[in-house]
Amino acid sequence: MAFRFRLAPEKTNFDFFRHQWLTFGGSMMLTVVAIILWIAMGLNFGIDFRGGTTIRTDSTNPVNVAAMREALSGMELGDVSITEVFDINFAETQHVAQVRIAPLDGQEAVTPETMAQVEAALQVVDPAIVFESVESVGPKVSGELIWKAVLAMTAASAAIMVYIWLRFEWQYALGGVVALIHDIFITIGVFALFQLKFDLTIVAALLTILGYSINDTVVVFDRLRENLQKYKTMPLREVMNLSVNETLSRTLMTSVTTLIALGAMLIFGGDVIRGFAFAIFFGVILGTYSSIFVAKNLVLFIGLDRGDKPKKASSNEFAEIDA
Amino acid sequence: MSPTALWKRVLILLVCLWGISAAVPNLFYGRVETHNDAAAAIEAANGVATPEQTAALAEWPSWLPSSLMSLGLDLRGGAHLLARVEVSDVYKARIDAMWPEVRDALRPLRDQIGAVRRAPSPDGILRVTIQNPEAMPAALEAVQALATPVVSLTGVGSNDIEVTADGADVVVQLSEAEQRATDDRTMQQSLEIIRNRVDEVGTREPTIQRQGDDRILIQVPGIGSAAELKSLIGTTAKLTFNRVIGRTDNAGAAPGARNLLLPARDEQGVYYIVEETPVVTGEELTDAQPAFDQNNDPAVRFTFNGGGARKFGDYTAANVGTLFAIVLDEQVISAPKINEHIPGGTGIITGNFSVEESTELAVLLRAGALPAAMEFLEERTIGPELGADSIAAGKVAALVGMAAVSVYMIASYGLFGVFAVVALGVNIALIFAALSTVGGTLTLPGIAGIVLTIGMAVDANVLVFERIREELRSNRNPGRAIELGYERALSAIIDANITTFITAVVLFLVGAGPVRGFAITLGIGIITSVFTAIYVTRAIVEMWYGWRRPKTVIV
Repeated sequence: MAFRFRLAPEKTNFDFFRHQWLTFGGSMMLTVVAIILWIAMGLNFGIDFRGGTTIRTDSTNPVNVAAMREALSGMELGDVSITEVFDINFAETQHVAQVRIAPLDGQEAVTPETMAQVEAALQVVDPAIVFESVESVGPKVSGELIWKAVLAMTAASAAIMVYIWLRFEWQYALGGVVALIHDIFITIGVFALFQLKFDLTIVAALLTILGYSINDTVVVFDRLRENLQKYKTMPLREVMNLSVNETLSRTLMTSVTTLIALGAMLIFGGDVIRGFAFAIFFGVILGTYSSIFVAKNLVLFIGLDRGDKPKKASSNEFAEIDA
Repeated sequence: MSPTALWKRVLILLVCLWGISAAVPNLFYGRVETHNDAAAAIEAANGVATPEQTAALAEWPSWLPSSLMSLGLDLRGGAHLLARVEVSDVYKARIDAMWPEVRDALRPLRDQIGAVRRAPSPDGILRVTIQNPEAMPAALEAVQALATPVVSLTGVGSNDIEVTADGADVVVQLSEAEQRATDDRTMQQSLEIIRNRVDEVGTREPTIQRQGDDRILIQVPGIGSAAELKSLIGTTAKLTFNRVIGRTDNAGAAPGARNLLLPARDEQGVYYIVEETPVVTGEELTDAQPAFDQNNDPAVRFTFNGGGARKFGDYTAANVGTLFAIVLDEQVISAPKINEHIPGGTGIITGNFSVEESTELAVLLRAGALPAAMEFLEERTIGPELGADSIAAGKVAALVGMAAVSVYMIASYGLFGVFAVVALGVNIALIFAALSTVGGTLTLPGIAGIVLTIGMAVDANVLVFERIREELRSNRNPGRAIELGYERALSAIIDANITTFITAVVLFLVGAGPVRGFAITLGIGIITSVFTAIYVTRAIVEMWYGWRRPKTVIV
């Protein structure tokens, strides 16, 4: 036997329900905690959702946040926040900062004159400063973007639910969606806890997590469906354990390859995309966990109607007899 | 194991070859782009090429594919604007223009309805008071006769104006259907004019799109800043010629009814009182060119169309010796005295311009005035350096990710891992090929989408390989195990990928800009990865199996 790198032994026989109260229960608890965090701390919305202006500055001189703040303090602007940005891709002499200006009431966008004043003031502080990007979103659009994001999440979840319902049964659809909610909400909770910037790309990341997590869950469900026909008398709980065990090495393998690629993105992809890469990275871990410990548990709680199965299964069984 | 039919294998091979050849130009992006630009320039010049263009053309052999995927603003740098067009501005202009018509229509009825005068009213509504309210039905009938049917698909059967009586007033306003039709025309005009103005600057592949009822999205790669783009398209360049009533230096002077108080452009503190209804408007211009006046100062020479020329000619003939104002965007550029009748419909505008200003004004006048003002809801400027940094970072991430996944796959599945890695390479080529062919746009999240695909693309292979292992464990012969592995993994592969594809579709429909770019690469990546896993790896495995006929297979 040639050497093969393996994440899981060839044949596993774990009981994935053994510590159910800890794995499934803990997950549900975490989801609730995440929602509470979200409500209590709020999200650090980017300008996509809150409106306002961000300026990305680049200079050969070190960033002097205090001096920059001082230079802008005299102007009639909304709240100004200035943060320095770090990234391993930056050259040693490259110093990047992010200036965020909240919108003033009743103003759609910062006027070009104000913008020119801001840029001039920053250039006084540091003559070598360059404005790499200037983005400004009016409150009218940002309100719509929030609504669109919510719509996207709901529509995607609903579409997935319907598809699984059609291909499997409604219990699976429910189990799958609970797993999705678990993944999405905990990720949002982490963004709330660490006050990471939450903008449109993060919504795209959440939708990707949705897709990945359901992908993982469906593979387990697919095997469960197959095994239910194969072992008609085995208790549901055991068939589930068997199915998860059988697919375990695939689940881990795929997660690891995806995490490897995402890890490369997280480290080398630059700071502009870091939040996005982080959200997906984190979500893939959650998605893997939830497809093993969350989705099927709900199906077990609800129970499956296995009564009408034998008829459908008979033709399949016949097909399996081969030389 | 029953091998795939020969024609299928040939087809699979052809798709792979197409993918690789169509993806190759993207590896030499700069050179191919130079080549394409030169080719387009030569085409535009009817085949006449300058030496530089010929050299640029030689950068890339013309027999090779030369379609490139376009790079999004976040990678190339440029400006992005989302504007809202104030469509209701146009109602006021339309209704104001009706007043002379209404007056003329009521004139024959003087003896019945008595004196007619325009009463103050909000924008977009015309109120005409008649002296004898009892003759209202006759007045309504006369004004009603001015209505014309709405020209639009949805507005069939309705008239453009609604005429009602309110006490002694005849109230005229645009009908609902006409408002919709007007909105539509305003949007079309605005789009056309913005397109013209952006094209005058000659930038590469601008995106100018209508969004929703009253919004326009403008993306121009390569332009310095959103402010620059705004000054290019945001200027209304509304040119009118108005009768001058008087001149004052009092900024608070009351201009009187239906008159306007406008500042002079070049004289500080000087104001002109002009009649609100213009004699001729810029819409009736057919041409405007930068020129010089008799003192050799920069000026703009303009030409009116037939209708404009007649009105201008009649007006100058009847008003020799008086002043008229040339008004641009609510400022009086100049107010020359009419020395003589000006027939022929041409003239020049002078006003202390620099050469640049006169050129820009000519461009703006030629492209036409925007029919309505615009409000900018979203502005983004991305510098080219930031985009280049992002591309570089994305490249590194993709290469590192690809290398790490390859090593890991080969360590896990040996020879089959090598097959999967070959398929992964084909997969990446196919993504680039598809993006180039459909003219898709690569954005920074799009690069992330490709990196994610690198990780997820092997999933279908993993599903198959794991399944083959299982089948081997139940002591099937290798050929049968491979066949069953592919067969039984199929339902999981399809279900898993369709659900992911659903999210990609939702992302595409709801997302905008960079997010949409991500959705496109993710969606294309799902299709190509299923194709490569089901067909390409399988074809490779079958060929290997047919060649070596191994007694045992280790996956």
